[in-house]
Amino acid sequence: MTSYTALFVRELRLAVRVGGGALMGVLFFLIVVSVIPFAFGPDLNLLSRLGPAVLWLGALLSTLLGLDRLYEADRDDGALDLIVGSGRSLELIALVKALAHWTATGLPLVIAAPLFSLFLAMPPATIGSTMLTLLVGTPALTFLGSIGAGLTVSLRRGGLLVPILILPFCIPVLIFGVSASTAVAFDPAGFHTPFYLLCAVSLLAAVTGPVAAAAALRGGLD
Amino acid sequence: MTTPAPTPPDFEPLAPYPPVRLAVADLVVERGGRRVLDGVSLTLAPGEALLLTGPNGVGKSTLIRTLFGLVRPEAGRVLIEGEGVEDPDEVAPACHYLGHRDSLKTALSVAENLAFWQAFLGRPGLSVAAALAAVDLDDLADLPAAYLSAGQRRRLAIARLLAVRRPIWLLDEPTAALDRASEARLAGLMRRHLALGGSLLAATHLTLDLPGARALALSHQPAPDADWAEPDAESVVS
Repeated sequence: MTSYTALFVRELRLAVRVGGGALMGVLFFLIVVSVIPFAFGPDLNLLSRLGPAVLWLGALLSTLLGLDRLYEADRDDGALDLIVGSGRSLELIALVKALAHWTATGLPLVIAAPLFSLFLAMPPATIGSTMLTLLVGTPALTFLGSIGAGLTVSLRRGGLLVPILILPFCIPVLIFGVSASTAVAFDPAGFHTPFYLLCAVSLLAAVTGPVAAAAALRGGLD
Repeated sequence: MTTPAPTPPDFEPLAPYPPVRLAVADLVVERGGRRVLDGVSLTLAPGEALLLTGPNGVGKSTLIRTLFGLVRPEAGRVLIEGEGVEDPDEVAPACHYLGHRDSLKTALSVAENLAFWQAFLGRPGLSVAAALAAVDLDDLADLPAAYLSAGQRRRLAIARLLAVRRPIWLLDEPTAALDRASEARLAGLMRRHLALGGSLLAATHLTLDLPGARALALSHQPAPDADWAEPDAESVVS
């Protein structure tokens, strides 16, 4: 088992065990999605039109929820010192940690989205497109969030700072994600452009996120 | 970025370490605008033990963290030289750092904690079971680390030094929370480490029973030259 596989497995184990954040994200997602119909009223047309936006908002907020612990937990117990001193590439470590975090918290959101979309009276085509955009777009949120987590790691109780720092960078993901998801029902030809832009943002975040997070970790060492 | 070899079976006796030497020249470290270390020079050759003493707040932990690369010095360099060393500035991968915090995940079991560090850090030494046996934790291998006492957590952290082979041990208060028997066991592990050609630097208030250990006393006096003598000049101990 290589170092990075070992790290990935450890992160997943920690996420699904007691005190891990895997279940928390999905539960928060469920809370957001299930209270929306009560707030908007039983207008099915309205709900189905807003469905993708609600799912995306829920996914965005749930992703932000657990991100502050990405490096903080390792900082608190001293493991971060050993990880930095391991001689392994900090960029790859940041990539692996973000991937593991997404697998534990982002992937369950994607899987739960079709189920939750039933609360919002969404047509099957929109359910499919929303699931697809979430699958492509939520990794971008995690990668962007890992930058914020790296920046705030040296602060005590810097939790809420992470969402504040990265939210502006998450807006494009939200815009392209929602417009691609809704396009399927109203204007099928309009799906591709925002979807490809979403893919591009995701790829960009996958490259810049780990590099920036590693730089932030190095800068915040002292 | 090398892929560690698969964990070998227990091998005893262990092969000696490749000889590496830690050299520190004129280290200056500031923390929060205050100069903590001023012109520290020391060398640590294979088989050598250096015991760091001094009052609280004198910079023992800071020195150790600087050697491990966790604190950037204002001036001076930490270098590693010896066989198979490619980059003299890459000190940390040759060193074990045992800090105040034990780097354990309470949700993982004792064996899982150790197995992770062994797989992640690479260059496995003793197997997980053998390393746990060496610190007398083998009967607790499947217990979640959350249930360990402070001393047991410390012993698990010490087991990491055995499960992963690194020639230089940087130990910050390694005996904290340990009972008498565990202290003696740790001293035995240190002696074996030194006998294999490893070296260690330990900040401790206890007189560890190590043959040929030198002492390095840090003091608060701001006298520029007298403060930091070459360790050889201050050799005392044990």
